[in-house]
Amino acid sequence: MLTKRIIACLDVRSGRVVKGVQFVDLVDAGDPAELAKRHAAAGADEVVLLDITATHEGRGTLLETVRRTAKELFIPFTVGGGIRSAEEAAAVFDAGADKVSINSAAIADPDLIDAIGRSFGAQAVIVAIDARRVPNSPVSHAEVFVSGGRTRTGRRVIEWAREAEARGAGEILLTSMDADGTRAGFDCELTAAVSEAVEIPVIASGGAGSAEHFAQVFQAGKAHAALAASIFHFGIADVRALKQELARQGVPVRLPC
Amino acid sequence: MTITVIDYKAGNLTSVMKALDALGCAAMVTADPDVVRRATQVILPGVGHFQATQMLEDTGLAAAVSDSIARGVGFLGICVGLQWLFEGSTEAPASKGLSVFSGQCERFAPGVKVPHVGWNEVRVDPQSRLMRGVEDRSFVYYTHSYRAPVVSETVAVTEYSGPFSGAVERGNVMGVQFHPEKSGVAGMRVLKNFVELAC
Repeated sequence: MLTKRIIACLDVRSGRVVKGVQFVDLVDAGDPAELAKRHAAAGADEVVLLDITATHEGRGTLLETVRRTAKELFIPFTVGGGIRSAEEAAAVFDAGADKVSINSAAIADPDLIDAIGRSFGAQAVIVAIDARRVPNSPVSHAEVFVSGGRTRTGRRVIEWAREAEARGAGEILLTSMDADGTRAGFDCELTAAVSEAVEIPVIASGGAGSAEHFAQVFQAGKAHAALAASIFHFGIADVRALKQELARQGVPVRLPC
Repeated sequence: MTITVIDYKAGNLTSVMKALDALGCAAMVTADPDVVRRATQVILPGVGHFQATQMLEDTGLAAAVSDSIARGVGFLGICVGLQWLFEGSTEAPASKGLSVFSGQCERFAPGVKVPHVGWNEVRVDPQSRLMRGVEDRSFVYYTHSYRAPVVSETVAVTEYSGPFSGAVERGNVMGVQFHPEKSGVAGMRVLKNFVELAC
């Protein structure tokens, strides 16, 4: 049976892993290469490295960090942040990434999704969507934000997810900005709405704080994968313990791992 | 012993090269049919569209691979590389496969999410040389929208809206639909088995 994936996320700034609460208040959490390896050994199904400051500071992706992190990682490795062109994506693949995640650049130039897909295959393109719910409105009104959550686009999340799929995205990485960093649980309603709207897999992100939250987003939230960062860095749970708990709750996971 | 990795402009080769390097294996990338013809062991990686394999036909690489296979050289097709060993794919009906194995690759039936992305179980044929040491029901990493049928040479079967070929093997001609270079310990074991065939 195809298992639900637990994806360890490394938010990186200036070559160091950091994690903030609702996109601010950054705390240093370590070396990306070392943490990636540790997550893989502990049973993470994939690793995502997001250069969280690349867009607004205009820096390129940290190719050297990518190369170092990829070197001894033999599970799928995704890199996002600051990828603005097919050439920049090519450089990231060349450094050892298996997939790229594009966010602001895809909104600014949706053809980028098609272009990377043509060269590297749809499986290599993840469209990341930072979503915020509109108060007192239905989930279908949730809006897309870009530039690390700083800029609203006026676009609706579900429509953008459908367009990304039509253009050849292989997966959607959906981050709830409302839930991100709170450790109060994923936005299951939003995740389910997006998952039902597209055929490609949806990775849920933002809000993980307990094993129960993961079970909820896989079941009620209809997610295919879920991403977490701070939950692991500070020893709240390791992936293996999380998976064992999920297995007990009837969620198919890769065990032993 | 050097592994020859064929570059036919379909996706990136970095992950495969990195995995071979970690196994302590010398590897070189080529797009030259003459190099493939002289190779001692060949890997054909590949992600993306079956259409990309047309390039192999057009550049003479397909003929070179056929010659190598006829000499008994070890050959491993990965992902689309496995599919290319079959007769063809409904993804690109005009492009022909190598027809080492019978049958057409087809898209997953409706009712499941496509692409099939993630870790899924393999049922392993204990006689397989390629899968030797990989425990039955191990998990490997897949990412694909088309799948090859189960044939008599299938040595690993995975279920996703029905069974399909996770790995095939006839003599030294082998293919894996999953990505051994991305499948952790189980995947590295498969690559090691292939690399050691020639030793």
